[in-house]
Amino acid sequence: MGILSKHSSDSRQISESSSPLVSLRNVEKAYKTAGGVSYVLRRVTLDIAAGEFVTVMGPSGAGKSTLLAILGMLDAVFTGEFFFRGLPVHALDNKRRQQLAREHIGFVFQQYHLLDDLTVAENLSVPLDYRGVNKSERASRVADVLDRFNIVGKKDLYPSQLSGGQQQLVGIARAVIAEPSLILADEPTGNLHSVQAREIMELFTRLNAAGTTIVQVTHSDENAGYGSRTINLKDGWMEP
Amino acid sequence: MIQPTDALDAKSLSPNADALISMRGIKKVFVTDEVETHALTEVHLDVQQGEYVAISGPSGCGKTTLLSILGLLDATTEGEYRLAGEPVSGLSPAERARVRNRQIGFIFQAFNLIGDLTVYENVELPLTYRTGDAALDAAERKRRVVEALEKVGMAHRTKHYPAQLSGGQQQRVAVARAVAGEPAILLADEPTGNLDSQNGEAVMGLLQELHRGGATICMVTHDPRYAAHADRSVQLFDGRVVEDTALAGGSRSAAHVVPA
Repeated sequence: MGILSKHSSDSRQISESSSPLVSLRNVEKAYKTAGGVSYVLRRVTLDIAAGEFVTVMGPSGAGKSTLLAILGMLDAVFTGEFFFRGLPVHALDNKRRQQLAREHIGFVFQQYHLLDDLTVAENLSVPLDYRGVNKSERASRVADVLDRFNIVGKKDLYPSQLSGGQQQLVGIARAVIAEPSLILADEPTGNLHSVQAREIMELFTRLNAAGTTIVQVTHSDENAGYGSRTINLKDGWMEP
Repeated sequence: MIQPTDALDAKSLSPNADALISMRGIKKVFVTDEVETHALTEVHLDVQQGEYVAISGPSGCGKTTLLSILGLLDATTEGEYRLAGEPVSGLSPAERARVRNRQIGFIFQAFNLIGDLTVYENVELPLTYRTGDAALDAAERKRRVVEALEKVGMAHRTKHYPAQLSGGQQQRVAVARAVAGEPAILLADEPTGNLDSQNGEAVMGLLQELHRGGATICMVTHDPRYAAHADRSVQLFDGRVVEDTALAGGSRSAAHVVPA
């Protein structure tokens, strides 16, 4: 697979020949505090090519989740440049940025973020409702994803009736239903025991093999082993 | 005069037609690998319009199961449950979903906001699931979303994503989502469980404000400090109500203990 070399910051030639999916240039994020300015991300320069499976690691407070929120266009308050498929995200207004995110990005969260008062099928339909997909298309995509994830039998159940692993399976199914080009996963197995965690990681591997770019944040070396490249953050800096 | 506990003594009595919630002889049995777990053995419970009830008890006492049944997320194995006078124990899952969406507002420990939807969209979401004669047009949805967000002091954050908010703010948004549906009752499952004490108190203050405004609330909590905010405390043990007490701060003064 056309995965970038490990030293992505030296990848100018590759970027030119095939524009990376994600390109960050000197991205910084800081908060004003009583004592001055507190940096969460420092001069992060990073390219991610389509088809990569990137792991972001680092201690708590290193800036991992902030980086993921910026990549996911949920957080637009930063300095520096962020290009997504060549588009300057840092220069887009809220509406265009949101459109771009909804077209291309799927999220998987540690806490699943399923709505407990909606069935599995209804939860899966949520991203489509917010992408203006019509009703019959929604129904067919939900049916398709239920099938692909082998959870047809669970479609009318509520999240509380599922195990944690099954809930995360639904969480991932919901992320892929809108056919994103990039999946961002924040500690996706953080609430799961090891057998369930492995199943979830194998699922990511298959999605990645089928062409979806994945960026995961994790504390687990085992989970990082499923990725093709690891980025280490510390105190907001990318370690060489 | 509110007399929520009278019916509890006369277990054979039929449900209390005046109560917002009336449960009689509720049983819930889970069967897994031929093992039967009796989560609720026999629960009788009435909740009046406008009450604020804290449900507590040790782990495994059945409080989350009770909340799931109260909220029509789960069916009873046996017993009768009336919500706003309507018998709901025999409903199909689809009918339960319909009643739930209109009558129940949920607040969860982990907030359960969807991370890639804005604050506004998170609050609007359940409203978009109303169909038929309950369907809400875009203007009505907007009115309700804005009003709910104003109620919880989050109207200035409509375009933010959950990740840009503190835990306390996220829970305020979750409360707004619950009240936007103008439900008959709010059900809260450990709503402060993921919050530090300051944010926990702020969310409790918000629930109290909603209660003063007329909301009926049932809250599961294992923290007595938070239970004390309610005006009635229901204690569960081994799938039964073992104590049902009016609290000092509440609107009633009589205490009542059900013999176990």
